[in-house]
Amino acid sequence: MSSTEVRAAPEREGVSIPWGSLAPFIALAVIVILGALINSNFLSTNNLLNVVTRSAFIAIIGVGATFVIATGGLDLSVGSMMAFVTGIMILTMNGLTPSLGSWAILAGAGVALVVGALCGLLNGLIITVGRIEPFIVTLGTMGIFRAFITFMSDGGSLPIDRSLRDPYRPVYFGDFLGVPYPVLITLFVVLVGAFLLYRTKYGRRVTAVGSNADVARFSGVHVGRVRTMAFVIQGICVAVAAICYVPRLGAATPTTGQLWELQVITAVVIGGTLLRGGKARVWGTVAGALILEIIANVMVLSDMVSEYLVAAVQGAIIIIAMLAHRFTSAR
Amino acid sequence: MTTFNQGARILSATLVAGALTTAPALAQDKEFTIAVSIPAATHGWTGGVVYHAERAEKEIEAAYPNIDVIVSTASSATAQVSSLEDLSATNELDALVILPFTSEELTGPVEQVASNGTFITVVDRGLADTSIQDLYVAGDNIAVGANTADWLVEKLGGEGEIVVLRGIPTVIDDERIQGFTDVIEKSNIEILDIQYANWNQDEAFTLMQDYLGKYPNIDAVWANDDDMLLGVLEAVDQAERTDIKFALGGNGMKQVIEMVKAGDERTPISTPYPPSMIASALYMTAAQFTGQAPMRGSFKLDAPLITPENADQFYFPDSPF
Repeated sequence: MSSTEVRAAPEREGVSIPWGSLAPFIALAVIVILGALINSNFLSTNNLLNVVTRSAFIAIIGVGATFVIATGGLDLSVGSMMAFVTGIMILTMNGLTPSLGSWAILAGAGVALVVGALCGLLNGLIITVGRIEPFIVTLGTMGIFRAFITFMSDGGSLPIDRSLRDPYRPVYFGDFLGVPYPVLITLFVVLVGAFLLYRTKYGRRVTAVGSNADVARFSGVHVGRVRTMAFVIQGICVAVAAICYVPRLGAATPTTGQLWELQVITAVVIGGTLLRGGKARVWGTVAGALILEIIANVMVLSDMVSEYLVAAVQGAIIIIAMLAHRFTSAR
Repeated sequence: MTTFNQGARILSATLVAGALTTAPALAQDKEFTIAVSIPAATHGWTGGVVYHAERAEKEIEAAYPNIDVIVSTASSATAQVSSLEDLSATNELDALVILPFTSEELTGPVEQVASNGTFITVVDRGLADTSIQDLYVAGDNIAVGANTADWLVEKLGGEGEIVVLRGIPTVIDDERIQGFTDVIEKSNIEILDIQYANWNQDEAFTLMQDYLGKYPNIDAVWANDDDMLLGVLEAVDQAERTDIKFALGGNGMKQVIEMVKAGDERTPISTPYPPSMIASALYMTAAQFTGQAPMRGSFKLDAPLITPENADQFYFPDSPF
């Protein structure tokens, strides 16, 4: 039990802040300063708004992934699932437009949330009832979801109805008092996620199951239910991301969300959540998502790196950030 | 008189072949099997390849009952090698039409198939050893880049500042970029920036946003692919930038051809690199077996500019691309 208590540190965050949980934010600050030094355009309002808005997708999905990873699970299907949910949502909206007009957008969003939750439930049930490793199960569903979106779009692109384009566009491009809607939606999702994780019984069970499933089981926690629920939360987060994603390009393609699962996992781990489970840092995940997006942005803004080597520099920065994290938390 | 006789003989032979499909085939009514190995529909262009291959399969099988076409898709170079092994192990292949994933990795396996006497048609990406192929059908990537660049140089009056988006690091992308930059270098047009966006709409959107943030003035943008162009246009519209006079792509995606047809001022042209080239290759291969039309050699599709006047010829509304 003692190990569980040591790892359940997030609850005491308000009292004394350990250096370890600040690391992702320090890394974020360092990268922002570097960006500003490299190109003065980096700090322009437009550029910052673009980058923060873009990172919404990875951040929102990352909140769900924080739950899954904290329970000791892993979800590789999120990128494909996002594309699949996007496809279903577009088909629903296009089908309902003749009868509902612009209200079809709301109906589509509702359907997306249900489909997302069901996809997560499917993952969760196969893992807990079937007792199969999450890695393998979600690798399987990753292929299934990807094939479905390819099938739905005939390998091409699946656009939303032209008449929905204008009423739906503001969900990605619009803003409230200068703050873009995707950022507001991310904030909302993160606040709900943080509340669930740090203020509810379910949140404590998530980290308990992740640090030691056997101990949690002996103390009366229904481990399977906690894990399945984490996957459902993940599915809902994927659907929320899909709702913000569709208005951006107005279409789903077989490359939608490709490799996002890796970005999401990277963001979660940079944020301080342990990949083996037992520790969850929702705000850290947001910092992780911002770090990834800012690195990519700074790479384009700088002229120092050859276009052939951009990916290498990005990889190196992520590893350096993780090493810095390790040293600060070791203290 | 003699021509009439010949015609009648061919006609009766076809009738016999048609009537005998259920009965044991005669020696001269040999059945032919043509295997088609192509990449799976993972993005717009390959989606178009799969669509045109399946369409041509139906048309050819309907036109020539003694030809059986087998279309097989693969999601990676390794998967394509395996599918080649499976195809040749389970069928007596008379011809193989292949759009190789990569040149080097597929050269050996295709050579293996060729050693059984199979007629080899290579499409789009050439093999490392060209002596293996009997027929080569491809688009002209250098011309895709060069023709677009020529048009742009003329319209911009030989000067200005442009940005370029690259696809996935491959020979196709290299050739296009080379064709484009060779022409641009001879003018006073400056290429401000050139980065990879992997033929992906989302990445193109993001990259274009960054370009717009980095450069206060951009006269034109070349996305080298219409899929990416759609992402680029979205980013330009959002930033409400009016300095961008031209935003061009390539490949002839149907959404972009619709824009060309409608006389869009920012995207008045595209250049074809049509996925339907797989259908051209399949028809030519079928002709090798059915007509008295030898089909050995290389066939390079031109990349003429698609303009509002000729756009109808390049427009396939049912195709996914």
